[in-house]
Amino acid sequence: MKKLLKGGRVVDPAGGIDGAFDVLIDGDRIDRVARDLPVDGADVVEIPSGLVVCPGFIDMHVHLREPGQEHKETVATGTSAAVAGGFTAVACMPNTDPINDDANVTSYILKKAKEAGLARVYPIGAVSRGSRGELLADIAELKGAGCVALSDDGRPVATALLMRRALEYASMFGMAIIDHCEDPSLKGDGVAHEGYQAAALGLRGIPGAAEAIMVERDVLLSEATSAPVHIAHMSARASLRAVRKGKEAATRVTCEVTPHHFTLTDEALASPIAYDTNVKMNPPLREIEDRDAMIEGLRDGSIDVIATDHAPHHYDEKKVEFDRAPFGIVGLETAVPLVFDRLVHPGVIRLSRLVELLSVNPARILRVPGGTLAPGSPADITIVAPDLRVRVDARAFRSRSKNTPFDGWELRGGVAATIVGGRPLFVNDRTGLRM
Amino acid sequence: MTAQRTGTAAPQAPPLTALRRKDLLGIAELSPEEIVLILQTAEAMKEIGSRPIKKVPALRGKTVVNLFFEPSTRTRTSFEIAEKRLSADSLNIAIASSSVVKGETLADTALNLEAMHPDMIVLRHSSSGACHLLSRICRSAIVNAGDGTHEHPTQALLDAFTIRERKKRIAGLKVAIVGDLLHSRVLRSNIHLLTKLHADVWVCGPPTLIPTDITRFGVRATSVVEEAVEDADVIMLLRIQLERMQGAFFPSLREYFNVFGMTEERVRRARPDTIIMHPGPMNRGVEIASEVADGPFSVILDQVANGVAVRMAVLYLLAGGAEHEEAA
Repeated sequence: MKKLLKGGRVVDPAGGIDGAFDVLIDGDRIDRVARDLPVDGADVVEIPSGLVVCPGFIDMHVHLREPGQEHKETVATGTSAAVAGGFTAVACMPNTDPINDDANVTSYILKKAKEAGLARVYPIGAVSRGSRGELLADIAELKGAGCVALSDDGRPVATALLMRRALEYASMFGMAIIDHCEDPSLKGDGVAHEGYQAAALGLRGIPGAAEAIMVERDVLLSEATSAPVHIAHMSARASLRAVRKGKEAATRVTCEVTPHHFTLTDEALASPIAYDTNVKMNPPLREIEDRDAMIEGLRDGSIDVIATDHAPHHYDEKKVEFDRAPFGIVGLETAVPLVFDRLVHPGVIRLSRLVELLSVNPARILRVPGGTLAPGSPADITIVAPDLRVRVDARAFRSRSKNTPFDGWELRGGVAATIVGGRPLFVNDRTGLRM
Repeated sequence: MTAQRTGTAAPQAPPLTALRRKDLLGIAELSPEEIVLILQTAEAMKEIGSRPIKKVPALRGKTVVNLFFEPSTRTRTSFEIAEKRLSADSLNIAIASSSVVKGETLADTALNLEAMHPDMIVLRHSSSGACHLLSRICRSAIVNAGDGTHEHPTQALLDAFTIRERKKRIAGLKVAIVGDLLHSRVLRSNIHLLTKLHADVWVCGPPTLIPTDITRFGVRATSVVEEAVEDADVIMLLRIQLERMQGAFFPSLREYFNVFGMTEERVRRARPDTIIMHPGPMNRGVEIASEVADGPFSVILDQVANGVAVRMAVLYLLAGGAEHEEAA
C-alpha cells in the first residue's frame, strides 16, 4: 500500500532536503523523497500550502508513569498525547513504581506501548538498582529487553565514581547516560530558583550552581571515559557554559532544554497566579539571564535537543501548598506551538534547526531509527503548520493530567498530522489536511 | 497637570475609608494609602482598649475562624482579643485538634470550614503562599497571620504603628533590621512596609542568612552590625532559630552573639533616642542582650500591646469599615 504526500515543503536536514518535494510512503517505510513524483497507483494526500513535512519528532524525555502511577498517566494516554503533540516517538524515564531497573518492567512498558499502538516508546532504564545510586542495574538485560539509554532521572547519578563506572560500562552497549544534574546538598529542600522571586515569596531556593556543578562533573567524566553523556533538562547559564567548554574539547557531551525553560522565568512564580504549583518544576524556572542563555544556546547550536520532561501529576497533587506540591508539568501537547511561537517566528532558529532539535539529534543520541526521511527509514512523519493559531486548552489534553502553566495561551504554530509507521494517528482538520 | 496649569487645586481623591480588597495576604500588594489608613484606624482602636468596657459592636454577627497550623501564642491571642473587642464570634482551630493529622489537605479543610459560612479566616501556616491558595478557593476574607517565610503583614503593621507612636513619622528614619533575614516573614513584611513609607532600611546578618538579591527590595545590606546601627532611629532584632546551626548558617550561638548580638555597647552607636524592637519570641543572649531587651530603649512590650489595635483595624477595614457600619 503506497501513499504519496504531494505538495508542501519538506524539511529533512539529514538528507540535505529543504524545499517543495513529494514523499512516497510504502507500507511502514519511506520509499523516497523527490520532486513531482508520479502517482502511480498510490493514495494521494494533498499537503495544503504552508504546511511542512518533517521526519517524526522524538521527545527523548517523558514520564509515562506506568507502571504504578496510572492515576497520573498511562502508556496509552501518554502516547495519545504524544501523537496529538506531533511526536512519533517518546523515550520514557525509569522512575515508575517499580523503577524500570529490571527487564520485566521494560517488557511491561513495551507491551503496553504495543497495545496502545500509538507513538513509539523507547524505555530508558535505570543506571542503578532502584535508582538508589549504589549498585549498577543489570544493564545488559535492560538493553536486551529494549532500553535505549540509561538514567536515574528524578535524581542525579549519585556519586562521581558510580557515574564513571556507568559511563564505562554502558559504553560497551552504545548506550548514553542521561543525567539529571543536581547536587543534592546544594538543592537541599529547595522548591524554586534561588533569586529575587524566591526571596520575595519566601520560597526555599535552588541555586543554578546546584545544576552546573554536576554538569561540570559529568563533562569531566565523559572526557575521562570517552563515553557519551547527555545532560537532561538544562536550565542554568553556568551549565551551558560547562557544556560549551566540553564541546570545544571534543567531549561526547550533549544536552537538552525544555520548552518551559526557554519560555518562562521565575517571574511566573509571582504572576499571573502567585504560588501557582503549575510553575513548580525541577529544575526550577530560572531568571531571565538563564532563560535568555538557553535561547542563545538553541540559536548557536550548543544545545542539541528540545525535550519536554513531560511530567503528569493529578490535580489533587498540585492543589496543595507550593512547597508540598510535586515538581513537574505536562509538555507533550504544548511543545510544538511553543517552539514555533518562541523560537521559529522570532527568528531564533530556522525550520531545519527545529527538525534537528526535535528529530535528528534525539534519534542520534538514543541511537534509534528515525530523524530522517531517507529511503528505507520508518515512515515516521510529523507535518507541522507554522502559521496555525493555537489556543492551549488543558481540558482538551489527551494526557490524563492537565498540569500546565500554558493553559489559555495563544500561540502561532502547531501540528497538522502525526504519521507513525505509515499510519496517520493524528490529523488536525483545522489545517485543511485530509488523510 | 491641567489643574496645576490653570492654577486651581487638583481635585483631592476622597480619603480611603475601607480596604477595597477581599483579603490581607501581604504588605507587598498594599498601597501606602492603605497602610496609612490601617495605622490611623488602629489609633482609634487603641482607644477602645483603654476603656473600662473594651467592646464595640463593629463586627457583631460576623464569624471569624482563627486557623493556626503552627504554634503561636502571641499572634493567636492578639487576634482573638481583637475579634472579641469588635464583638465578632471567633473560634480557634489549632493543628493538634484539626483533621490535618488525618491526612486532609489544606484546601479540603478550608472548604469544609467555608461550608459553615464564616466571614473571615485568619490563617497561620508553615508554607509560604498558603494564604494565596485559600484566597483563590474561599469566599471568606483571608487574613494572613504568617505564611512560611513569606509575610506576616499584621506584625509589620504593628511595628509601624509602634514606630509612628514614638517617632511621629516613618519617612526618613534609619531602621536597622538585624538577625536571620533569610527565614523571616517579619523581615519581608517590614521591608515592604517601611520602604513604601520611605524609611531608610538597613538589613544586617551573616551572608548565609541574607536572601539573594536583597538590595532589589530597596534596602541596604551589610554584615557589619556596627554599620547597620550607626545613627539608627530604630533597631529591630529578628529571632535566631537554634536549629539553624545544623544548616551551617553560622558556627554557634555564642559566635552569633559575639558578632551580631545587640549589646548595650552597640546600641550606643545608634541615635540617643533610638528604639529597640523585637517581634518575639526572644532568645535572650543570642540576638539580644537582656540588658537591651529590658532597657530604656526597648519598646518590645508596646509592640505586643499595639498588636491588638492593629488587628482590630485590619479586621474592621476588611469587613467594610465605616461603610459597612452605615449599611448595617
